[in-house]
Amino acid sequence: MEKAIKKYFPVFMIPTMVAFAIGFLVPFLYGLFLSFCKFTTVVDFKWIGLENYKKILFVNGKYDPSFIHSLWYTVAFTIVTMLIINVVAFAIAFALTKGIRGTNLFRTAFFLPNLIGGIVLSYIWLMIFNSVLQRYSKTIVSTAGSAFWGLVIVVCWQQIGYMMIIYIAGLQNIPTDVIEAAKIDGCSGWQMLKSIILPMMMPTITVCTFLTLTNGFKLFDQNLALTGGKPGGNSELLALNIYNTFYGKTGWEGVGQAKAVIFFIIVAVISVLQNKLTTRKEVQQ
Amino acid sequence: MEAQKTVTKKYKKYKPWQNVLTVIFAILSFTWILPIIAVVLNAFKSQVYIFNNPFGISTESIFKIGIKEWAKNLPLATQSRSSGEAMFLINMKNAIEQTDFWHAFLYSVFITIVSVALILLCCSMCAYFITRVHTKFTKLFYLLCLFSMIVPFQMVMFTLSKFANMLHLYTPWGITIVYLGFGAGLSVFMYTGFIKSMPIDIEEAAMIDGCTPLQTYFQVVFPIMKPTTITIAILQSMWIWNDYLLPSLVLDVNDYKTIPIAIQYLTTSHGNINWGAMMAALLLAIIPIVIFYLAAQKYIIEGVMAGAVKG
Repeated sequence: MEKAIKKYFPVFMIPTMVAFAIGFLVPFLYGLFLSFCKFTTVVDFKWIGLENYKKILFVNGKYDPSFIHSLWYTVAFTIVTMLIINVVAFAIAFALTKGIRGTNLFRTAFFLPNLIGGIVLSYIWLMIFNSVLQRYSKTIVSTAGSAFWGLVIVVCWQQIGYMMIIYIAGLQNIPTDVIEAAKIDGCSGWQMLKSIILPMMMPTITVCTFLTLTNGFKLFDQNLALTGGKPGGNSELLALNIYNTFYGKTGWEGVGQAKAVIFFIIVAVISVLQNKLTTRKEVQQ
Repeated sequence: MEAQKTVTKKYKKYKPWQNVLTVIFAILSFTWILPIIAVVLNAFKSQVYIFNNPFGISTESIFKIGIKEWAKNLPLATQSRSSGEAMFLINMKNAIEQTDFWHAFLYSVFITIVSVALILLCCSMCAYFITRVHTKFTKLFYLLCLFSMIVPFQMVMFTLSKFANMLHLYTPWGITIVYLGFGAGLSVFMYTGFIKSMPIDIEEAAMIDGCTPLQTYFQVVFPIMKPTTITIAILQSMWIWNDYLLPSLVLDVNDYKTIPIAIQYLTTSHGNINWGAMMAALLLAIIPIVIFYLAAQKYIIEGVMAGAVKG
């Protein structure tokens, strides 16, 4: 059978392979190469070694903190959103699996924001934030603090519903006999949650933490539409910082690409590390 | 048995704490969608009133004076623009004109449907091939697909947009190929996961009965994969419909704007945002999503659940 299928290689494989090469593989490899070059288009490039990487931190011999600031800002943002989203989503999911009236309706409502794209929902919130802050003659980008928490609120509002759905699925998958057995043994309330439910939920928690972490790191649309990096580049997450380096100043494409490579390495390391770390805590089922 | 079950379910007694929880959640979930309700309310107002009270109801709006009264005032109000009564229509008109909404809507629909169809067809075939044919090449391709899932878009953003430009992929047709390429990783991964768990006997039986591999694939394998197909369709359409950065870089934005691009350009091209028109535009952008969600809710929620378990 394998032989028979093998003859059909062009039909089965070629379309995806060609598109994959155009949409991912070639741009990836070429981007990696270009990060060591000076270029403005993809055809005129000059090999300059690690010059671009140096320019991320030092411009004309002077230390430029913008990338490092974006990096720490992204880390802080990611950790805060990860914690809030997971705790709240778990709490809602926990309550919505208690068989209360209207569960389906509530689930529908909480999930709805997730379907609305980052650009659209950022403008919804921009209107709300600015009209509330207008009373204090401020906008969302008046202070660094309000920009940060504004972004946090928008992202939490969007993602809690999604994670809630995943947590509900996880909670429903806990075998009822385990819960029953624990009850007979006199386990209840907080103890049940801590010693039975949470350990059984570790695989789901892994998935959700992983998802929120990478989502936080890759966040772009909301950042662009809500704060645009204001005030003064303070609320610039990594993705927007890279975008602005590419398209904000001419002649900086190489530095943008070098930043993108570093960004890629960070995201890849998190993905791999995080998955390894948390899967170890999972209960054998 | 089935009837008995529904009866007991219908007359199920709720404990007091469950009812309390219901009330709390009713309030909570209403608050949760309040921003969306605010958009609807504000589409009926002019800019000043939006910022004075974003959650207030416009004094001339349909919600306050009733649809009959509102419709009666409408011709009057549209003739004399000064009165704020037809603000909704004025906002809508501005929104549709400034965003070129119907074109944006059609481009969004076209790009999403064609891209997702391409992804489903090509990636499932590719996944079938790499699970059933064991060579070094198929293994390598699978690993590359896995690898592509952890690469952020910013890494390929610049080169991808330039290549797409060189290959003339800046049209709504062309961008579907880019989406197929960039979305292939996840789809191939999920399809392979499913095919690995499928018994090979059925395919062998079909082959012995004289099916060619293509016939086997389309008449036997593809129908069996329906649950995974639905999951991938949901996940990919959510992504492509809302995607802003990729189409804004790849498409020729002077000619083709998708909905997210049109909305983003509403702010950048006009300097100051006209919030009345913006609210109407946001409302127009949200309506199709809500309709789609309510119609396909079951599949969307199942798709998200299945997607997370495998991803």
